[in-house]
Amino acid sequence: MGEVLKIRVDGEEVAAEPGQTVAGVLLGMGRRSWRTTRGEGRPRGVFCGIGVCFDCLVVVNGVPDVRACRRRVADGDDVRAQHGAELPS
Amino acid sequence: MSRETARVAVVGAGPAGLAAARAAAAAGAGVLLIDSEPAPGGQYLRRDALADAAGTARRDRATALPAGTEHLPDTSVWAVEPAPGGGRRLHLRTGPADAPGRRGRTVDAAALVLATGAHDRALPFPGWDLPGVFTAGAAQALAKEQRIAVGRRVLLSGTGPFLLPVARSLIGAGARVAAVLEAGEPVTGWLRDPAGLAAGTGKLGELAGHLALLARHRVPYRPRTAVVAAHGDGAVRAATTVRLDPDWNPVPGTERTVEADAVCVGFGFTPRTELAVAAGCAMAGGFAEVGAAQATSVPGVFAAGELTGIGGADLAAAEGEVAGAAAARLLGFAARPPLRALRRVRRGRRFAAALAAAHPVRPGWQGWLRDDTLVCRCEEVGRAELVEAARARQAVGTRSLKLATRVGLGPCQGRICARNAAELVGDPALADGFARRPIAAPIRLGELAEDPRTAAP
Repeated sequence: MGEVLKIRVDGEEVAAEPGQTVAGVLLGMGRRSWRTTRGEGRPRGVFCGIGVCFDCLVVVNGVPDVRACRRRVADGDDVRAQHGAELPS
Repeated sequence: MSRETARVAVVGAGPAGLAAARAAAAAGAGVLLIDSEPAPGGQYLRRDALADAAGTARRDRATALPAGTEHLPDTSVWAVEPAPGGGRRLHLRTGPADAPGRRGRTVDAAALVLATGAHDRALPFPGWDLPGVFTAGAAQALAKEQRIAVGRRVLLSGTGPFLLPVARSLIGAGARVAAVLEAGEPVTGWLRDPAGLAAGTGKLGELAGHLALLARHRVPYRPRTAVVAAHGDGAVRAATTVRLDPDWNPVPGTERTVEADAVCVGFGFTPRTELAVAAGCAMAGGFAEVGAAQATSVPGVFAAGELTGIGGADLAAAEGEVAGAAAARLLGFAARPPLRALRRVRRGRRFAAALAAAHPVRPGWQGWLRDDTLVCRCEEVGRAELVEAARARQAVGTRSLKLATRVGLGPCQGRICARNAAELVGDPALADGFARRPIAAPIRLGELAEDPRTAAP
C-alpha cells in the first residue's frame, strides 16, 4: 500500500490515494451525481471524463467550478457538492 | 530572439505529440512539451492499472521522454497569439486543474506543433443527461487510470471499432457489459476483407482479440442497434434499445427495455481545434488542414494526430514524427526526411478514410429526440426550443445561432453540442464557428487579471 491521503467529502472523512481524481474518489464512494444545474436543478456527475464537458463540477476548498475528472486529490482537500451557480466562499 | 524561441514547442503529449518531441529532439532541437495531464501518454497511452507487466513496460517505453525535452505537465495553453519577434506566443498556466493561483508563464516559439487530440462525440437522446450516462472515453479513462467501473451492468452504444477496447476495459474493471450496440454495420466487415484497407496495420488482430474476449464473456455484439432512451429517477436504471434502419431511424416494434445502471456512448470523435483556430490555421471539414510535412497554413505551425483527421494512434504517431522533424528543420537543424513515417502516414490515411466511410453518423439519430430532450447540456436547451428559436430569429451564422438559442454559451463552449445543434438546425457547417474560443482553456478571472509582466517567468 502506498501513501494514504485524507480528504473530506460533504463533511465526511474519506481515504484516498495519490493520483486519484476527485471524480474517482466520488464514484468509488458510490456517488453518481454531485452537482445540480443552474437552470432546472438537474443532477449531474461525470459525463466526458476528460475535462471537456464541465458536467462534473464540484467545490474544492471553497472554490466552485472545479472539474472533478481532472483535479487530483491532495491531502486535506475539502470537497463539496455544487448547487447551481456558486460563488467562491 | 529569446532562448525559448530556439526550441520546438509541442502542445499535447499523446502519441502524436510524443512522436513530434522525439523527432525534433533526434534532430538536435530543444523541445518544450506542454500537456494538461500529469503524465505523458494522452488518452491512448494513459497509465493503465489493469495492464499486465508487459503492457506496462510497453507503455513506459512508448511514453519515455527524449533527452533535451522540458516536460510541462498539468499545464493548460489558454491562449495563443503572434509573438512580436515572429512565431507564436503561448500563454500557459501550470498547477492543479481549475485551482486558483496556478503558475503563469509565457513562451514564444518559432516552431509550434499542435497535437491536441480529440474527444468522443455523443449523440443526444431522452435521458442522456442523467447521471450514469457517460461517454465511452470516460468509461475507458476511469477504468484504466482510476480502476473504476462506471456501473455494475453497462450498455455500450455507438459506432466504430473503439467501442470494443472500451468493453474490454470495463470487463477488466469488474463491470458486466450487458451488450455492445453498433448503430451501423458490424466491425466484423473489416475482418472479412483481410486484403482490404486495414491490411498490414495490425488492426485485424487487435479487433479479432477484442471480439474473442467479448465472446468469452458472453457479451452480445448487436449491429444496427442503439440506446435511444435512458430511464431513471436521478440516475440511470434502465435503457431502451431499438433496431435501426440504414439511416438510423428506429424500426417500430423493436424497442426493448434493458436493465443497466450505466450507458456509455461513443459516435466517433470531435477534434480539439481551439488552439489551431486561434492560431489562424486554415480548417477543412472541422480539421486543421496540413501539407505533406504536416505544416498548417500558418508559417511555423504544424499539426499532427486527430486534430488533422480521425485515424487512431499509429497514424497520429507517424504524423507527429513528420511534424517534429519538419519543425526542427525550420529552426535550422538537419533533420533527415522521415521516409518511413511518411509511408506510414499515407497508409494510415487510407485506413482512416475507409474507417470514416464504414462508420458514418447517419441522420436518423435526430428522430431519437423528443421536443424536451436537451441538446445543450450546459444551458439546458431542448430540441424544440433550439429549432424554433433558430427558425423564428432566422439565425444565420454561428454567432447568431448561439445568441438566438443559447446553445454553446455555457462552460463547455459547445464542445459537446456544436455538431449536434448545427445538424439539428439543418446547417452542419455552423459547427466550425463554435471552435472560435479566444480563451482556449478555462482560466479564473483572478488569473486573467494578473499582470503578465509580473507573472513568474
